[in-house]
Amino acid sequence: MLNSNPLQVNNLTVAYQKKPVLNAVSFVIPSGKLIGILGPNGAGKSTLLKAVLGLIPIVDGEVKIYGGSYREQRKNVGYVPQRESVDWDFPTNALDVVMMGRYGHLGWFRRPGASERKLATECLDKVGMKDYAGRQISQLSGGQQQRVFLARALAQNANLYFMDEPFAGVDATTEKAIIQLLHDLKNQGKTVLVVHHDLSTVREYFDHVILLNGDLVAEGPTEVTFTPENLQKTYGGRLALLQDFVTVPVGTVQ
Amino acid sequence: MGDFWIILTGSLVAASCGILGCFLILRKMALIGDAISHSVLPGIAIAFLISGSRDSFLMLLGASVFGLITVFLIQLLQRGGLQGDASIGIVFTALFAIGVILISRNASNIDLDLDCVLFGEIAYVQWDTLILNGYDMGPAAVWMLGGTLLVVLAAVGLFYKQFKLCAFDPALAAAVGIPVALFHYLLMGLVSLSTVASFESVGAILVVGMLIVPASTAYLLTDRLSTMLVYSVILGVLCSAGGYYAAKWIDTSIAGSMITVAGILFLLAFIFSPLHGLVARFAKRRRLKRVPMPLN
Repeated sequence: MLNSNPLQVNNLTVAYQKKPVLNAVSFVIPSGKLIGILGPNGAGKSTLLKAVLGLIPIVDGEVKIYGGSYREQRKNVGYVPQRESVDWDFPTNALDVVMMGRYGHLGWFRRPGASERKLATECLDKVGMKDYAGRQISQLSGGQQQRVFLARALAQNANLYFMDEPFAGVDATTEKAIIQLLHDLKNQGKTVLVVHHDLSTVREYFDHVILLNGDLVAEGPTEVTFTPENLQKTYGGRLALLQDFVTVPVGTVQ
Repeated sequence: MGDFWIILTGSLVAASCGILGCFLILRKMALIGDAISHSVLPGIAIAFLISGSRDSFLMLLGASVFGLITVFLIQLLQRGGLQGDASIGIVFTALFAIGVILISRNASNIDLDLDCVLFGEIAYVQWDTLILNGYDMGPAAVWMLGGTLLVVLAAVGLFYKQFKLCAFDPALAAAVGIPVALFHYLLMGLVSLSTVASFESVGAILVVGMLIVPASTAYLLTDRLSTMLVYSVILGVLCSAGGYYAAKWIDTSIAGSMITVAGILFLLAFIFSPLHGLVARFAKRRRLKRVPMPLN
């Protein structure tokens, strides 16, 4: 089962009130890669994630996860929504939020218990937030909240992860910690798709990119896909500005 | 005995409403509770016209159906591009108005008083008793409200994690396979049920207070959802007992006093809550000010 490709999207079309947001997008994602989803605002990056996860209806096309439907493979998939998508004043603490990552595995009636608590604590530890387990979530900084969300995704214990702008509004230290974590996931053979905005870090962070602009502009390994021509097709004019990003040398983290 | 039944009735209303109210305010849907409590009126009137009696079960059914229709219509208008608050305002006033017409049009031949529907009359609850095989089983309202509370407790107890995740992060809930829409309508159905069951005792307008005020007070007092639910129920019970004795003391509307007490408790929590109260926030700001900022 896990031998087939983690994600295959065929001819995916999504529309909001008849206005198409994604236009017949098709691609196949290889296993064990860190993949950046790039494109201008309104290019359909978040929409792509939501459509794949079945959160919004699709007009046409199909999505295969490890060769099956999302419904069949749900427990193999972890999701990190945008941080602003939830109310951080909700009466709960960090550990409790991480335990929510286990709810899908518990079925209809089972309640989270000692084993879920233990796993959630381990996941908080992995993101360096163990000391904040009992902290009310509104009292965490933006970067700490993002780490809690990542810990929750780790608790889902998935093989394929979707992350919607995990680097938005976090400081440099947190960004480094997050990217390190993503590399750890990759080294365990997991596949991670990340909606990303900062073009200057693309070469450094991702093995593989998907360039979106309503249509799929290009998709493939970063070295051959993240080119000035493709970026111009994705973002329109402003090539002078974009060229700078492409010339940033490939580096490794740390 | 009269005191006991009235306070018990009020407490049962407060308990069901307090539990559901927590989820409503956390989902920022306090106004939906308001809308449901008003728009179930035509359901009650229609059930009354069909049966010609105050058969509680039929009323519960009719009103619950209208509660769900309300939620459905509000979502329909929202999806059509109307603002959320405008959709709520349009749907509930329209349905409520139909209810008012139905009741006043038939006021001469039915025994359903508009004042009673709007404001309830908890003092009469003790006279309307349930007779089973010739035995007096106590006030019918207590049985109906007790049953409603059991249903609410069972649903929230069984599906606590689902209700919680749907309130905090519906996107993740849907992604991990929780049927979000089902739990949305289940919550709305329970709100309709509790509202209708509470109708005769506190009325359509004050039940909104029971849904929202104790839950909001509890929200200020704790940082844990489970504790918030317990506090909300305790506060509701305090409101009904306190409100009853206050009403007796100054000889006024019981339901009105109950919600007034709820309002006073909220005000106290708003000012003095050790977590989120004004005093605590002020003290915190002063503490921060006293520490000199390091110059870098």
